[in-house]
Amino acid sequence: MNRIDQKFQELRHKGTRAFMPYLCAGDPSPKLTAKLLLTLEEAGADLIELGVPFSDPIADGPTIQRASERALTHRISLQQILEMVADLRQQTDIPIALMSYYNPIFRMGEDAFCKAAHAAGVDGVIVPDLPPEQAQPLLEVAPHYNLATIFLVAPTSPPERMQLIASVSTGFVYCVSLTGVTGTRATLSDEIAPMLAELRKHTDKPVGVGFGVSTPEQATQVAQLADGVIVGSAIVNVIEEHISDEAELLIAVKRFASDLAAAVKV
Amino acid sequence: MQQLPDATGHFGQFGGRYVPETLMPALLELEEAYKALKDDTDFQQEFRYYLREYVGRPNPLYYAEHLTQTLGGAKIYLKREDLNHTGAHKINSAIGQILLARWMGKKRIIAETGAGQHGVATATVAAKFDMECEVYMGEEDIERQSLNVFRMQLMGTKVVPVNSGSRTLKDAINACFRDWVTNVRTTYLLLGSVVGAHPYPMIVRDFQAVIGEEARTQILEKEGALPDCVVACVGGGSNSLGMFYPFCADETVKLIGVEAAGEGIRSGQHAAPLTAGSVGVFHGAKCYLLQEEDGQITPAHSISAGLDYPGVGPEHSYYHETGRAEYVPITDAEAVDGIQLLSKTEGIIPALESAHAIAYLRELAPKLGDGKVIVVCLSGRGDKDVHTIAKELGITL
Repeated sequence: MNRIDQKFQELRHKGTRAFMPYLCAGDPSPKLTAKLLLTLEEAGADLIELGVPFSDPIADGPTIQRASERALTHRISLQQILEMVADLRQQTDIPIALMSYYNPIFRMGEDAFCKAAHAAGVDGVIVPDLPPEQAQPLLEVAPHYNLATIFLVAPTSPPERMQLIASVSTGFVYCVSLTGVTGTRATLSDEIAPMLAELRKHTDKPVGVGFGVSTPEQATQVAQLADGVIVGSAIVNVIEEHISDEAELLIAVKRFASDLAAAVKV
Repeated sequence: MQQLPDATGHFGQFGGRYVPETLMPALLELEEAYKALKDDTDFQQEFRYYLREYVGRPNPLYYAEHLTQTLGGAKIYLKREDLNHTGAHKINSAIGQILLARWMGKKRIIAETGAGQHGVATATVAAKFDMECEVYMGEEDIERQSLNVFRMQLMGTKVVPVNSGSRTLKDAINACFRDWVTNVRTTYLLLGSVVGAHPYPMIVRDFQAVIGEEARTQILEKEGALPDCVVACVGGGSNSLGMFYPFCADETVKLIGVEAAGEGIRSGQHAAPLTAGSVGVFHGAKCYLLQEEDGQITPAHSISAGLDYPGVGPEHSYYHETGRAEYVPITDAEAVDGIQLLSKTEGIIPALESAHAIAYLRELAPKLGDGKVIVVCLSGRGDKDVHTIAKELGITL
């Protein structure tokens, strides 16, 4: 069984929600990414969303754009990120979903990518610029390698698209909380509750909510509605604030992630 | 010939819709609206009315006699898009799209611009049709094209500087997509080229096809026959596709797209994805593009801001793959020479973009020889580029 499915099953038994932090691989450096990932696990993460940096991230706001730019100064590639995951698998069994724009996957080829991702110990893949209509090549291959295909639902998706997206998603369905790009927001989007209510009519698969979830208070609110809470830019902001001091950075990330994890589990 | 794009928005393997889910419903809505209006007589009449009365169409297909004599060989005709209101072909599609936006009930327009020609065209129609307008422009292009920035501001458009990435057209498009993701319910994205996700490449092509439709009629009137070659510059590819598309079924007509070779293909500093790129997915479509082995997009380089783009439209990618059109590279230096050539022989100062097509005539006209006919798209006028050209020639203004 896939680690993601296993995790959600386990959490459902316990009656709790998943805390799913995002990291941009290579930010601030490839070496630190591995340490950060393990730190997040210690802080209580249930799943890691590992971002593959891309030169033109159109679904991302300024925070993750800057993280991608920092990561790309190390010329980190999808291949190297898979090697990083393979190394990490000797130390952790936490579910890992790769979040990559489509072009790096297309260049590697769906078959080669899924094969390599599976061999490295990746559990799922999220492609923000790949709607189900264009995903046939990925959908044909991913199940053979036990890779979950996690698609995104947006506040603009009408019921028939929610149904389509839920039907091709495995692992969980990624619910984009707001009409916009990634990034921290002062208040939580009021589009979440109606969107989840509609989505639940079409699927009983786990639902993770991300984009704009920035504080422990917001995480608690989201956890009352969803099966998983995804936090990205807010964590990247903490990394950015402490970028010049590695020890301090790891402490600050651990502190913030622990608060978030506790808030999700309330 | 099969009508392209197909029902899923593909030209062969190219095109499609590779965008965040937030935008998918908007693209489907746009496709529906366009389908309904495409064959609507009132809409088409309105579009033709503004092209005639506001843009000044049809513009001439001009026999460039002195240029022809100077180069020796094939007869050269220039399709004078530079004579349009606002000085370039971009206005054709801007008019069509703003009518579409109005029909869809959108009140706010956003656009990207490289050289500023599309930004100016968009600002123009936004003023005319009383819509709120913001144009995204890379900081480097803002420096290169300050005149166009001011023209847009004069017409009431807000120019938003983009300082991420390469600070040129590619990043202006990224910023524009991000705005659209956020404001998709109220905003119409008025794309300037035959790029992006379906249905944009089709919509922009159809509105620009007026260039080739007129040119085809005009050359038949003047020469009594179709041309041997049709030549146009290719950045994203809107003037060239507008020119090529109506000739596409005429198998005897050779279509030649001229890409920007920057400092030379071998230097790596160029904007020629069809000549030296590979297939990938960028800005919503599968197309040829400049990229690293691992799929990161490589910044383009061209002296011409309007061609300074690492991708190219999916239909050009398809013409390239099937061999229907041929694509050739012209360097910065050759383009600057092309400007001087046309200025001195015809008294017409072309835009740096169009100068790439002109420059290729040095090779093509003598090679084709006497008795042959070439139609060239003169996509825009060069006023906006005089500072760049002067600097290139070592002259301080």
